Amino acid sequence: MDPIISVKKIVKVYPNGVAANKGVSIDIEPNTIHAIVGENGAGKTTLMKILFGIEEAQEGKIFIRGKEVHFKSPLEAIKMGIGMVHQHLMLAEGLTVYENLMLGIEPTMFGIFLNKKRAFEIADAYSKKFGLDVPLNKKVKDLSVGIKQRVEILKALLRNIEIIILDEPTSLLTPQETEVLFKTLFSLRDSGKTIIFISHKLKEVKAIADKVTIMRKGKVVKTVDAENISEHEIARLMVGREITFEHIPKNENVGNVIFEVKNLSYKNDENVEVLKNISFSIRSGEILAIAGVEGNGQAELVEILTGLKKATSGNVLLDGRSILGLSPREIREKKISHIPEDRMKNGVADKAKIKENLISDRYYKEGFSKGQKLNWNYINRESYRLIKKFNILVPSVEAPASALSGGNIQKIVVARELSASPRVIIADQPIRGIDVGSEELVHNFFEEARDNGSAILLISADLDEILKLATRIIVIYNGEIVGRFNNVNNITAQDLGPYMLGIKREV
Amino acid sequence: MEKFILKYFNLIRTIIAILIGVAISIFIIFFVSKNALGSLKYFFLGPFLSKSRLGNIFESATPILFCGIAAAIPFQASQFNIGQEGAFFLSAAIGTGFALSVSSIKLPGFIYVILTLLAAGIVGALWSFIPGFLKAKWKVNIIVSSLMSNYIAYFIGLYIINYHFRDKSAGFLTSYRLPESDWLKQFIPGTRVHIGVLIAIACAFIVYYFLYYTKLGYEIRMVGFNFHFAKYSGIDVFKVIVLSSIIGGFFAGIGGMSEVMGIHRRFLWQISPGYGWDGIVVAIIGKNNPLLIIFVSLFLAYLRTGGQVLNLLSDVPYEIVSVIESVIILLITAEAFLENIKYRITVKEAERKEIIDESSS
Repeated sequence: MDPIISVKKIVKVYPNGVAANKGVSIDIEPNTIHAIVGENGAGKTTLMKILFGIEEAQEGKIFIRGKEVHFKSPLEAIKMGIGMVHQHLMLAEGLTVYENLMLGIEPTMFGIFLNKKRAFEIADAYSKKFGLDVPLNKKVKDLSVGIKQRVEILKALLRNIEIIILDEPTSLLTPQETEVLFKTLFSLRDSGKTIIFISHKLKEVKAIADKVTIMRKGKVVKTVDAENISEHEIARLMVGREITFEHIPKNENVGNVIFEVKNLSYKNDENVEVLKNISFSIRSGEILAIAGVEGNGQAELVEILTGLKKATSGNVLLDGRSILGLSPREIREKKISHIPEDRMKNGVADKAKIKENLISDRYYKEGFSKGQKLNWNYINRESYRLIKKFNILVPSVEAPASALSGGNIQKIVVARELSASPRVIIADQPIRGIDVGSEELVHNFFEEARDNGSAILLISADLDEILKLATRIIVIYNGEIVGRFNNVNNITAQDLGPYMLGIKREV
Repeated sequence: MEKFILKYFNLIRTIIAILIGVAISIFIIFFVSKNALGSLKYFFLGPFLSKSRLGNIFESATPILFCGIAAAIPFQASQFNIGQEGAFFLSAAIGTGFALSVSSIKLPGFIYVILTLLAAGIVGALWSFIPGFLKAKWKVNIIVSSLMSNYIAYFIGLYIINYHFRDKSAGFLTSYRLPESDWLKQFIPGTRVHIGVLIAIACAFIVYYFLYYTKLGYEIRMVGFNFHFAKYSGIDVFKVIVLSSIIGGFFAGIGGMSEVMGIHRRFLWQISPGYGWDGIVVAIIGKNNPLLIIFVSLFLAYLRTGGQVLNLLSDVPYEIVSVIESVIILLITAEAFLENIKYRITVKEAERKEIIDESSS
């Protein structure tokens, strides 16, 4: 069959010198689900952005149905029948579902007035035609992520899209929501659409794809039929070496409770109760993981524990003494480290030098400074020591943090936080958006810190990470703890899903 | 070669911007002047052709430099405090009032000068505290509050001079003359270059050291780079925002008083002299680096002096000088200027590196 999309030798270099695509060629056959897999930074998203007209390639050609195209904007791509559902959904939150669906293609009366009734009818007809059930009259902000995603897909279909690109569509979904999405995608394929599915989750790729293209470091490693390749083989090609997904060994030396959260509640500025009566405790030498779909209060919880937000009620205890309401510095002084969710926002100052990033929590301490004067010699030595110890790849400590890859920036944050000899580590999504190699390193450092007696609170949306590291698991939904698993031996992602969705609760 | 260009890209870009600015100026002068070659000579070489003009560069660079470092400090903290003009004016007015009020004590000259400068600096610091505090406490937009504070400072300054320290024997609105013991000495005969220029350069070095080698300087820069990061790291952001404004205002204040003590020896401004705005320009061009700001201030002063010579001796009107000055500054501050060339070189470099990587692996 002739390919519906054919990209030939695409080269894309970003202004900062990163070559994201180095001569990528892929043929995509019509009426298939074609998965493109690769680690973060392999160039998948860049390629899709080029295909959708968001970025322009320096070299290479794109053919759609045999015709060469040069997209200057997404609008031109849409005209050629290509639609994209982004990882972070792009919907107008304050509008209703059908208003979102008809945005930009609203039917009008006399050319100026909006014909709401007609708009609703069209949206309804399409929703029925494709079997995508969405609550047309609800506001988008009241929907769950899974439903929002369905709205995005329907929105693309309404624009007569033949080819749908989905960029990591499952990253914010629970296992159950993922299944529903897959059913939708199968039925779309059977009705004649072509689907390009970007992912780095191998199980999903195996479950859904007809064809798989594996990318590594900006190049295509291989394109094969999905049935002819095993998960293990895909992983090996993706990373370029063997990797394991096993649970880290147990720590036998679990000590006393050192960190305790008691009946913590938080109401935000809109008076919404974001956290309700949260209680848990962590013993030294233990990793307590909080599982949950993002946006269920985890961010607020972390901010309260680290002194960036004030709780409404409840208490946080370290060694039995309250630390609630202390400033971030006072909390850090008590040996509580924080690996933030968004490293570019909180974790580093990207334009500051690497050494300046490594000392932001200790520049005022003995050795780093004397009186008002900073001791740059000492700071340089310490920086090089940390870079070596934590295996950070840097051109020099004088370079700005922005010169590093995501994985190395995260290692800077981890190096700073773990080298403060913390008693408690609060790690929020510590491996988001970093490559598998760095991920393994970060996890090794956690294991080491745990074995040395730190109490670790791990917040993650990645269930594989949680199952790999956790000593105990709690599940948070809508600001409440709905599940506690003290024995993690036989727990699977499927077991946690219903709690994360709020379908099941045991507390 | 490519690596060299990438490394010094900003410097090269600035030089090219200046050259293009010069080329445009030449074009403009040819367009408006009957004796174009002569006019060009006046403009570009004029400032160097006599001792007094050379001195003129340094004397007019002095207040610009003070205001430049005054702006650089809050700018380094990403606090766009543009109240230097007001702090400069008000400090000069109150500083003059202070100097006249204590003149009867007959202090030794050295102490008198230092006390007067300090008093003016403190006025500038206190005045700049207001927008800084409003920003830190209630998130009041610092651009708006500091801009408005300039007008308030202007009228308060005029009131103090015109109603309390006005020299009624002078034929125009001005303060009494400062006693000679409170003057900043003009130390190069035939020019008006005064001790203030040395103080300004010393201040630039002090501020450079302060920003890059002290704890508070580090805190200021980290808040400027990334506010959230600073807060997360435990830096007291409130303190940094307020202090960066205060310290900046201190230098604007000294600048205002040094101008009074070194050049005019009395407070004679009835309209705000505009050095605060020049300070913002040089701070931006100098990337908020006090050492670069020294050179940028001198460059701006050189353009101004050339403009005055041109105005005096040729048929080119002074307005054209403003046009030329603006063109050059515009080109320097345009961040995207020549960016595509940098991009192309980056791409080439990346591709070459790729080939080397391939062949070595």
